[in-house]
Amino acid sequence: MIRILVLIVGLALIGFIAWWFFGKHAVATEAADVADNVQQIEVDVNGGYSPERIVLKKGVPAVLNFTRRDPSSCLDRVVFSDFGINRELPKGEKQAINIDTSKAGEFQWACGMDMFHGKLIIK
Amino acid sequence: MSITNRFWVSLILSLPMLAEMILHPFGWMLPGGEWTMLVLTTSIMAVSAGPFIQSAWASFKKHHSNMDTLVAIGTATAYFYSVYAMITHQAVFFESAAFVTTFVLLGQVFEERMRNNASNAVEKLVNLQAKEAEVMRDGKLVKVPLSSVVVGDLIRVKPGEKIAVDGVITKGSSAVDESMVTGESMPVEKRQGDHVIGSTINSNGTFMFRAEKVGSDTMLAQIVELVKKAQNSHAPIQKLTDQVSNIFVPIVLMISILTFLIWYVLIGASVANALIFAVSVVVIACPCALGLATPTALMVGTGRSAKMGILIKNGEVLEKVNDLTTVVFDKTGTITRGKPEVTDIVGDHKQVLSLAASLEANSEHPLATAILAMAKTEGVQTAAVTDFQAIEGKGVRATINGQTAFIGNDKLLADYPITPDLKQRVAQLQAAAKTVVFVGLADQVIGLIAIQDTPKVTSRAAIAALKKRGLKTVMLTGDNQRVAQAIADQVGIDSVIADVLPADKANHVKALQQAGDVAFVGDGINDAPALTVADVGIAMGSGTDIAIESGGIVLVKNDLRDVDRALAISRKTFNRIKLNLFWAFVYNVLGIPVAAGVFYAIGITLSPELAGLAMALSSLSVVTSSVLLNRAKISTNVSEAV
Repeated sequence: MIRILVLIVGLALIGFIAWWFFGKHAVATEAADVADNVQQIEVDVNGGYSPERIVLKKGVPAVLNFTRRDPSSCLDRVVFSDFGINRELPKGEKQAINIDTSKAGEFQWACGMDMFHGKLIIK
Repeated sequence: MSITNRFWVSLILSLPMLAEMILHPFGWMLPGGEWTMLVLTTSIMAVSAGPFIQSAWASFKKHHSNMDTLVAIGTATAYFYSVYAMITHQAVFFESAAFVTTFVLLGQVFEERMRNNASNAVEKLVNLQAKEAEVMRDGKLVKVPLSSVVVGDLIRVKPGEKIAVDGVITKGSSAVDESMVTGESMPVEKRQGDHVIGSTINSNGTFMFRAEKVGSDTMLAQIVELVKKAQNSHAPIQKLTDQVSNIFVPIVLMISILTFLIWYVLIGASVANALIFAVSVVVIACPCALGLATPTALMVGTGRSAKMGILIKNGEVLEKVNDLTTVVFDKTGTITRGKPEVTDIVGDHKQVLSLAASLEANSEHPLATAILAMAKTEGVQTAAVTDFQAIEGKGVRATINGQTAFIGNDKLLADYPITPDLKQRVAQLQAAAKTVVFVGLADQVIGLIAIQDTPKVTSRAAIAALKKRGLKTVMLTGDNQRVAQAIADQVGIDSVIADVLPADKANHVKALQQAGDVAFVGDGINDAPALTVADVGIAMGSGTDIAIESGGIVLVKNDLRDVDRALAISRKTFNRIKLNLFWAFVYNVLGIPVAAGVFYAIGITLSPELAGLAMALSSLSVVTSSVLLNRAKISTNVSEAV
């Protein structure tokens, strides 16, 4: 009897994992604030990036302020492969990353191990 | 707390449990037994494994998972089950939680160091810059920091000093060691009018130069920018791992639950045993090795090639190099020097050259430039000329030392006699696609000068090396068939496409692409479209900015033999990426079933501790394999003797 119960709980758990990780979930999207002809946005690095999708205006110099709160070494670097940026994020320190917004398009960024991803939309 | 400190804490606290494990068969017992273990492991879980759990929870809330998720779930399961087992007086396995944490942290400590190693190359390049420069300000030489040097500044460089920025020498001469930028090991002689590159080292002389490029415009800054982009670029092969990494951790969690269910429900093992298998699965799976396989190798490979003076712009180029079947060369400036040179002098060498140089002293015709350059290097004296007159469409005539002297093309033969012997030499030279100039004195042709845009001394070796690789070599040129074929024969090119209009170069490359992937090597503005169209565009470093922009690989040294070296290092790097990926996959594909107890029947199992150790080693071995790329032998077919 107890084995059947365990089996049901186990299968339910598998179902939950599938739904939680593979299901469609809303992605936090934010547009940067523009002030004095510079657009700035704060990115919190904790178990991923929030926001995960950032919308920037084309042609306005942009600064992304990354602050890592996560202790994981997985997230200790942030890589913008299209911009040649690979920056170390010391824990708890704000790191300003300048983005060249002269070209419109969608650009991926990732952690140093390519496990966590974020998207930059310049339009 | 840093990873290193977390590691030390967990190592020291694990040692008593390790001692117990080893000495237990000899009758030694840990004082305090299970209670001591509980205290030690609880401390490890709080201090060393705590951050894993924290990070795992943070990403879980965002519907993400990572390696920390696996470590956190694995260690927490072992720990909490052991607490439960202790209360219900069953066998505990606290040491699994402790050892796994220790091993994983050990792996991360090493890995962090290796990763820093891999990305150091660029920082080393930046550190090459001079810190200050001696600049002429208000008529006086003053030392200023590098950042205040502006374009147009006159800068003095003393022996042994670094050249601050890019510029042109205005006074003095010296030998300059440019190896840090071009990879060329021999010092290069520089004199007035020559360009110098910032960050290179002046060896013996003192000179003044005018700054032409400063800050981010300098060659070094541009190279650094290129290398940075290349090192962080995405290789197409990575798309696979991108896909895998997104689903990897949840799948492993599911497999682990299934493992538990199968052992416990179907086979009827005890909760403890079923749990050990499940924990092993979670702990052995290593998404990090997959994620690190490509970027670390790319970083080391492109960094190393940059040191050799070969700039590979991104991972995509690296991959395409593997499928090349044909290499197409532009002729002028790529295979040849790009300016005419005197190749043969027939007749009395000194007299002919002296006469020619005297007559052409004031001409700016390219052929005249070639003759004057030859006269200058040989130190031939020119004589004063009088009664200078041009012979329309044929050449020039003047009086030298009271005698009439002339120089010109073959139309002069209508006016002046030539010996049959010379006539035969003319035919020979013309057959070799050389331009022949006739030199005469006192109404008689006394000598010939043959001029040609000659191949670079290294071209022949470069092409031989590529052919040895099994690649087809093609030369593309706007010149006529005869000239093109003559050059092709000299350097050993397979086939020639001559009389190509500049606008058609790209079309010819496209046509060749029908048969297989094509690399194009060129340097001029007119080469830019072909460089872009080709699967791999290789630009010569001396080339125009637009050509360098269009190419996927830039050869800073301008040495055609570097084409072969570029192919060699690209292949090496790409193979290393494939090797890394292979191991990372095999490791997970084999490790997980073993950990799940699939081979239990034949006696092969993995305890969670061993699984943790294996996982730590897997990412470490991938990063180490990438760093070793720095030492790997690059086998080129280039023979050093020219």
